[in-house]
This record gives sequence, C-alpha cells and structure tokens, in this order.
Amino acid sequence: MLPFQYHRAEDAETALQLLQQSGAMALAGGTSLLDLMKLGVETPPHVVDIRDLPWKEITADSSTIAVGALCSNAYVADHPLVGRHFPAVSQSILSGASGQIRNMATVGGNILQRTRCPYFRSSGWACNKRDPGSGCSAAIGYHDPHAVLGVSDACIAVYPSDLAVALTAADASVVLASQTGERTLLLTDFLLRPASTPHLETRLQHGELIKAVVLPLTGAPRKGRYLKLRNRAAFDFATVSVAASLTIEGAKVVHAALALGGVGTVPWRSKQAEDQLIGRELSDDAVESFCDTLLAGAAPADASHYKLRIARGAVCRILRELEQDQ
Amino acid sequence: MSNIDLPSPPASSAARSMAASISTSVRVNDSAVTVVHDCRMTLLDLLRDELTLTGTKKGCDHGQCGACTVLIDGQRVLSCLTLAATVAGRSVQTIEGIGDPDHPHPLQAAFIEHDAFQCGFCTPGQIMSAIALLGQRRPLTKEMIKEQMSGNLCRCGAYNNIVDAILKVAQNASVPIPSR
Repeated sequence: MLPFQYHRAEDAETALQLLQQSGAMALAGGTSLLDLMKLGVETPPHVVDIRDLPWKEITADSSTIAVGALCSNAYVADHPLVGRHFPAVSQSILSGASGQIRNMATVGGNILQRTRCPYFRSSGWACNKRDPGSGCSAAIGYHDPHAVLGVSDACIAVYPSDLAVALTAADASVVLASQTGERTLLLTDFLLRPASTPHLETRLQHGELIKAVVLPLTGAPRKGRYLKLRNRAAFDFATVSVAASLTIEGAKVVHAALALGGVGTVPWRSKQAEDQLIGRELSDDAVESFCDTLLAGAAPADASHYKLRIARGAVCRILRELEQDQ
Repeated sequence: MSNIDLPSPPASSAARSMAASISTSVRVNDSAVTVVHDCRMTLLDLLRDELTLTGTKKGCDHGQCGACTVLIDGQRVLSCLTLAATVAGRSVQTIEGIGDPDHPHPLQAAFIEHDAFQCGFCTPGQIMSAIALLGQRRPLTKEMIKEQMSGNLCRCGAYNNIVDAILKVAQNASVPIPSR
C-alpha cells in the first residue's frame, strides 16, 4: 500500500473541504477501498474518514424513505420501515457478503463498490477501467463470470452490488452533497455503462459525497422479493440476481418493476418490458416476451451465454413467487 | 469471482516519500492504549505487531476468511479491513479478552466439548464472530447459524462441529456478552 495522509472529518463541511485535495478519497466502511488499496488498485494520497458524519439515520415522510449514506448495511437490512415497504432491499443486503462485512459496509459505499472482475483487481493486467487505454484482458481471457448486458468493446465487467439492484427496482435516487450544495439523481442515471470510458462508473464528481438514498413510497407496500443465484449458498457474488415488485389486481398486472444483477455492467432494468406486462395476465407467454424485451441487446461470449438462460429462469421464478404472494 | 487466483505481475514500484504516522488511543480488552503507528497500519497488524495480541489471526488479509474477526463496540468486524486510525476512541474486544484456560468463555468450552477445530487457526475468529451472533439475542436454528457464520472459513472443515458448539451455547440463555 502506498503511503497516504489520513484525515478524520468531524462534520460534512470539513469532509467536503478535505475531499477537495487532489486524489482524495472518502473512507466509510473500508471493506472495498482498503481491499483495493492493498491490491494497489486504489492509491489515494489522502484518505478522508467520513464515519463521524451524521448521515446514519433512516427517516420517512408521507412520500419517501430516506436512508443516510453512512447507515451500515446490517442496520438497513434490519430496519422495520425498509423491511415493510421494500422487502427486496432488505433481502438483497442479507444475501450478500458476511455478517462482519454487513456491519462495516455502508449504503453509499455499497453503491460505489468496484467490480470484482479479477483482471481489474490484479494490477499489471491490461484493464481499461483501472488503467484507461490499456485494453481489456477479460475480453480475450477468462469469460464465464462477465457481463452480457450493457457491455462495450472496452469493458465487460459486472457491476457487483446486490443492494443497488434492489434499489434500482425500487426507483431509488441518490442525494449528492458537495461544497456548492446538493443534487439528486435517479440511481439509474447515476450509474454509468462503460461505453468507451469504463473508468467513469458514476456521475459522482471529485469532492462530492453520496449523502442519502431516497426511496419513493407507494401507498400500500408492494409485494417484493430478491432472488440471488450463485456458486455457493452464502458469502458469494451473484451469478444472476433479480429484484422485483409486482401487483396483480383482478388477474391483471397493474404494477411490475424488475431489475437484474450479475449480468450487466449496471443493474439491468427495462421500463419497456415492464409496460408490456401492464394490463395483461401473467401467462407463460407474457413472461417469455417480458424476458425477450428485458434481455434484448445481450452480447454474451460463448462462455457467458449460460447467464441468459439462468436470468430467464430467475425472472420466471420470482414473478411466479410474487404471483403467489398476492 | 473473488476467489479466482490470477498470476500477479509486479506492481509499479513508484513510491511516495511521505510515510505519515499517527497516534491512536483506543480501548483494547478494557485497557486504554495509545500507539503511534504508520497511517497504513490495519487494526489487525496493530493488535498483533504492536500489542502482541496474536490470538487474532491473519488469514487472507482481504476480508474473505474471517480469521481476523474482532468486536468493535460490541459488533463483529474484520480487523484486516479496518485502518487502525479509524478505531480511535472506540472499544475493541479480542479473543484474549473473553476467557483464559482456567476460565474459558462458554463458547470456548463448547468448541472443546464438540471438537470444533483441528488446527485451530480459524478458531479465534469463529468464536468472536459467534459471540456477536449470540449477542443479537435472536432464536437460532442450525441453518441460520450456517448462514450467519458463512464469513468464517475453516480449511480443516470442522463446520458441523462448529455449528453444533454454537447451537449448544445458543440454547443456554446466560452467555456473557462483552460490554460495549
């Protein structure tokens, strides 16, 4: 690990000022950043510890639930408001990492975590995300775990967060704070596909912090689930995951929101596919055509083609389970 | 994906000249200590190298094995992914603080009774993790223990006996939980 200067910020104003320093990075739970610093992937000259900032509350008003960016994953998963209104969010957290990591990791850090692509994590291999312009070792190397949706010639790395998949299906927004004020972006706008600039993963500017995640309430809580398929039953990243909420009234779908994880360079959602379901019965044909639209444009390699079949199965299973939940 | 080992070419040798150090005051096993250390030092290295508390083990050093599990303010965390500087003002509990050969913690006694280890390397992390799990004061089934303990790997494969040992203590309501 390269030497750095450690700064402990006591409040948001100080933190945002300290983060103005060239190359400064914020440290919250540390489970991602410290790991990558040990690997030599991240080399910040200044580390700003933001854990003393007060963004650790979950609050609700009549139309939203706001989750402070420094809430631990364990706290969010266990919170009654989250469990009642957004069961998929709670389940997504509990399906990931370990008890120790869920205690340490924060909501903001979870969203900003970097890919688990082994070429990204091993400095010295060509990686356009870690070293722009150096090439993509994954494209010519080991293929199985990589993304099949939202990929580009420059990068096929999977976006790793479970939580962000559930937040995407819940229409979440992120509140960003900087010295000049605050702005709010939909999570789906905040997270970027790689295109030709895979090193740019979000719209977070230098000196800016995620302050909170905002979830819109929808009257009566919707039925929601998170399904995660992976190589072993615990403490593993998703091969394919699905977060979904579904409302059926009079045998017709009146609301559907579904996002896929483990298959895309960002959480994968298609409003067009969801609109096709509205007003229809949840027939096998309807589910198949939903999958066709959701997975349109997939660009799998031979070795990652299996993910599309698993994704179809996972979508079908979660929709049928939610149908039973009605 | 995290478990794929790829050959690692030598990293850049570019070094920064500054090697900033910092003074950290923290309570460890109910004793106040102050250590001056390199900013880069993890809590794990501080415990082992500066305080000679070598019960806490360094396995993977990347948050995947759980051998370095300790309690901070009563919560189980990974000391290998915790910068020592960040625990200033907080309370750390390690395996050395929970029992000794004459007065083992109920979990330590249960691990011995159930033959829940072979080489013993992962055991301090297993026990600290299980203490926090039991501290949540929730009913536990075997399946729940397996999931909740999934962050602690045992290369000897003593898992069944580990689960049995924890279940035995979970069924006894009077387990002492370290103070926060």
